[in-house]
Amino acid sequence: MTYLKRSPWIIHYDASSCNGCDIEVLACLTPMYDIERFGIVNTGNPKHADVFVVTGSINEQNKAVIKNIYDQIPNPKVVVAVGICATSGGVFRECYNVCGGIDKIIPVDVYVPGCAARPESIIDGIVKSLGILEEKRLKMKNPDTGQSSTVGRK
Amino acid sequence: MIELAFLILFPAIIALLLLLVRSGQIRNAVVKIAAVLIGAGTLILLITYFSSGMVLFSVPFEPTAKLMFIAELLIAGFLLYLGIKHRKYIAVGLVIVQALLLIGIESGLAGDIHPLYTLFIDQFSLIMAAIVGIIGTLICVYALAYMETYHAHHPEIQDRQNIFFFMVFVFLAAMFGLIFSNNLLWVFFFWEITTLASFILIGYSKSAEATSNAFLALEMNLLGGIAFAGAIIYLLIADPSGELLGIEQLLASGQAIALVPAVLISFAGITKAALMPFSSWLVGAMVAPTPVSALLHSSTMVKAGVYIIVRFAPVLSGTPEGLIIGLVGGFTFLLGSAIAISQSNAKKVLAYSTIANLGLIVACAGVGTYKLVWAAILLIIFHAIAKSLLFLCVGTVEHRIGSRNIEDMSGLIVRMPKIAVMMLVGIAGMFLAPFGMLISKWVALEAFIDAQFGLIFVAILAFGGSITVFFWSKWMGKIIAVDPHVHRQEDTMRKEKWMVLYILTGLTVLVCLIFPLISSYLIEPFLLSVYGQTARLSQDNIIIMAMMLFLLLIMPFSMLIPGNGARKVAPYMGGRPASADMKFLGSMGITRDVTLTNYYMNDLFGERRLLMAGTALGFGLVLLSMVILAGMIL
Amino acid sequence: MISPVYGLVYILLAPVAGGIVAGIDRKITARMQGRVGPPLLQPFYDVGKLFEKENLIVTRSQNLYALSYLVFMLVSGALFYAGGDLLLVIFAFTLSHIFLVLGAYASSSPYSFIGAERELIQIIAYEPMIILSAVGMYMVTKSFFVSDIAATTIPIILYLPGIFIGFLMVLTIKLRKSPFDLSTSHHAHQEIVKGVTTEFTGPNLGKIEIAHWYETVFLFGFIFLFFAFSVPIALAAIVIAYLIEILIDNTFTRVKWQFTLRSAWIVAGMLGLVNLAVLYYLSGGIQS
Repeated sequence: MTYLKRSPWIIHYDASSCNGCDIEVLACLTPMYDIERFGIVNTGNPKHADVFVVTGSINEQNKAVIKNIYDQIPNPKVVVAVGICATSGGVFRECYNVCGGIDKIIPVDVYVPGCAARPESIIDGIVKSLGILEEKRLKMKNPDTGQSSTVGRK
Repeated sequence: MIELAFLILFPAIIALLLLLVRSGQIRNAVVKIAAVLIGAGTLILLITYFSSGMVLFSVPFEPTAKLMFIAELLIAGFLLYLGIKHRKYIAVGLVIVQALLLIGIESGLAGDIHPLYTLFIDQFSLIMAAIVGIIGTLICVYALAYMETYHAHHPEIQDRQNIFFFMVFVFLAAMFGLIFSNNLLWVFFFWEITTLASFILIGYSKSAEATSNAFLALEMNLLGGIAFAGAIIYLLIADPSGELLGIEQLLASGQAIALVPAVLISFAGITKAALMPFSSWLVGAMVAPTPVSALLHSSTMVKAGVYIIVRFAPVLSGTPEGLIIGLVGGFTFLLGSAIAISQSNAKKVLAYSTIANLGLIVACAGVGTYKLVWAAILLIIFHAIAKSLLFLCVGTVEHRIGSRNIEDMSGLIVRMPKIAVMMLVGIAGMFLAPFGMLISKWVALEAFIDAQFGLIFVAILAFGGSITVFFWSKWMGKIIAVDPHVHRQEDTMRKEKWMVLYILTGLTVLVCLIFPLISSYLIEPFLLSVYGQTARLSQDNIIIMAMMLFLLLIMPFSMLIPGNGARKVAPYMGGRPASADMKFLGSMGITRDVTLTNYYMNDLFGERRLLMAGTALGFGLVLLSMVILAGMIL
Repeated sequence: MISPVYGLVYILLAPVAGGIVAGIDRKITARMQGRVGPPLLQPFYDVGKLFEKENLIVTRSQNLYALSYLVFMLVSGALFYAGGDLLLVIFAFTLSHIFLVLGAYASSSPYSFIGAERELIQIIAYEPMIILSAVGMYMVTKSFFVSDIAATTIPIILYLPGIFIGFLMVLTIKLRKSPFDLSTSHHAHQEIVKGVTTEFTGPNLGKIEIAHWYETVFLFGFIFLFFAFSVPIALAAIVIAYLIEILIDNTFTRVKWQFTLRSAWIVAGMLGLVNLAVLYYLSGGIQS
């Protein structure tokens, strides 16, 4: 019996998003989509979180912040990059201040493309990440038998 | 009898010896030997008399009375000289009034009166003697090391350690005299000596602030002394034979006669215990070296004030005057605790908490039912131990970190783990279940419900008790906040200091474990002899409390369970990476420090506002009691 | 007088009951907001998950404080259900919260530090009212022992209506419901992140959550005492009181600590003390 899949708490970080994806992330909380049905809670505190949801691309200013938040999430944890900017830098890719997608800084488990990503695909991405989360938990519990996974990658 | 005489005279002799000794080494040896002897004497006294109830002793009266009179006049002359020198004319006036009253008493004594018994001892005196004899001497030993460091830190202060230790030991002698005297004239004599000791020790550093605070303390205590003298004169007029000057005889004479002197003496007690209209002197007294604060201004001298009120509790019980005195105490408890919230200076917090607790004791004694007196005596014991421990810890920390501000004690658990744990024990002893102070507050709460007008006191305790939780907890929080980058710095402390602190910490815990014994062997027999009935905690509750204490003691061992918390990370800083010493890169690329400061809630609990309210209330109540008293006398 | 069996039953069953109550709470809250809400057993999943997670710490002593919070919450609740002295129960209850506060202080984190200060403010806001409630019950039943109060046939609520309303108010603080959830934020508001619990992760947070379930059941027991003369009415009162709390939670915005402290004290002073004074007057000033 695993509880991790039934209670993923997320922390949402807006790297340098145009707020389009952020609004869609918040839309997931509304009665229309109600992600609390799956036990998902937006905690706002990395130390309570299991899923790190990042929107927007990385720039020089927030590199350290993303790394810091990631480090402060207790294992097992997964990272979901929401929106095309978070996955690859999107249209801002060539900007002088933008480094690119989230995976330049921290390992990303699920990529959710879209500009902006629709709530359905965000929920889909998070639910997909739960499988990886469970695998990571097993690996954490028995470091020898667990295998690294590629499920859910883009 | 011989034990009593030893405890009163021996410290006095040692005091004279210390006045002459100027060598530090000899002083060390003398103080330590004397402390051991006084401590042993106290223990022998305890063993000899704990089961014997009240014992009265007669001492030849005539020559001692003359000697005391001369000594008192000499003290008055000395104070007069200092008062004129420092142009403190209020003090001068009060000294003159008191000297005149004394001369009046002396001329009243011209007829040969012989209060039969001058010394006495009962279980309550024994408890007080144990506090003075054990805690008092421990503090003396601690003071040896402290004063050396004190002078090393303050080269500008003239080294007058011989006077310091002279006064401290004179004070010890006076305290023993005060609690063993049955004769009010003797009590008054010793009372005045404690006032003098307090005055000189507060002014020890001779700085302008110390001098003016010393005079403030002197003036307020003299006011009490005048009331005390008034009580004696009243008794002499009421009964020229002087029979009533014995406390025992006075208490036995019933409320009709004893009430007026009881109220006057209680007023003296209120000034000595620094209750609300007079609280400012105790706060000012914190300029004195810390052992003085621990000895005089928390564990013993101020306890003399409440001691005398508790003595007269049976007389005050059920009277409007008693209720008013109780109210003075109650409001002092409430407002004193509230003001402590707004203070960041550790010694001032301790001072206000002392004032508050003395207020609570007086509230219990003023209402004066047997259950309340039980609670009051327990409060005296618990408070003396825990508070002296806290004062000594603060003194030690102050020398180490150079500050007595609670904010600067952040991370003490890392820097000075042993002291920090002792401080935590002391603080827990002040307000947490299952430690001592809380037991007494609890019993007091239950007892107040059944007392007349008890509801006021219930409300005061309900609110005051929770306020207490606030300022102690936030202090605890500061101590235990873990600052990873600081390192230990407590290793160079002298052995005596450690020993004293260890013993006091041990006592704080021990007394919580054995208080049922103290209660059944000392407090309950005393109450039975005074009231004919006694209070105690139910067996079930004692067992549960003992279990809680046990649980609390074994809880820290859970830290030893391995595997808990493998990975350490820095605190969450909103995503900003912070360095180990809690610096982070703020906006505009400026590196900033994390500073965490407690809430002081100055707009709600500000010292000025509440002190004004307290003074007004206190004065009003004291005046009211005086008016009633005047009505009774006329 | 004290029966350990009930205490044991509490220790075993209270987390189950408390967890289900928390689940119902979340469900009803969701429905009030027009959502479906999580499954009923969601709180158990959450706590189960927390124990599966890694225990990140700032300092080792956090483990001690979290455990102590749980243990002393258990002690106070068990003592209550075993029929012990109500005042001792309240003191043990305060002790357990002090441990939570200390745990928050220990980490030197700005967010949990503010949470700790606010938690302390909450403690001093609700404690007078809880003590006055105990005093009121003593004045009606002449006993501080829960076993005696629970066995009484006197309808305590009729004597203590003011106290009961005051108690409901502090119940809002105690259950960490809006408008008084100052020290630890629930879902949507995050101005001090998670307040006291910010630096507790995984198993430590799980212990705190379980302690909170114990606390809920303990507080239900307290409501029960007001209606102890009739078990069905008491159970109904508990249900209604909790529904009111949920409604308040969902309809009020959060207030500042100043308002919390002042209002709690004014309510305790006005309703609580006036109620006691009337009682005192009616009984002709209790003489003993």
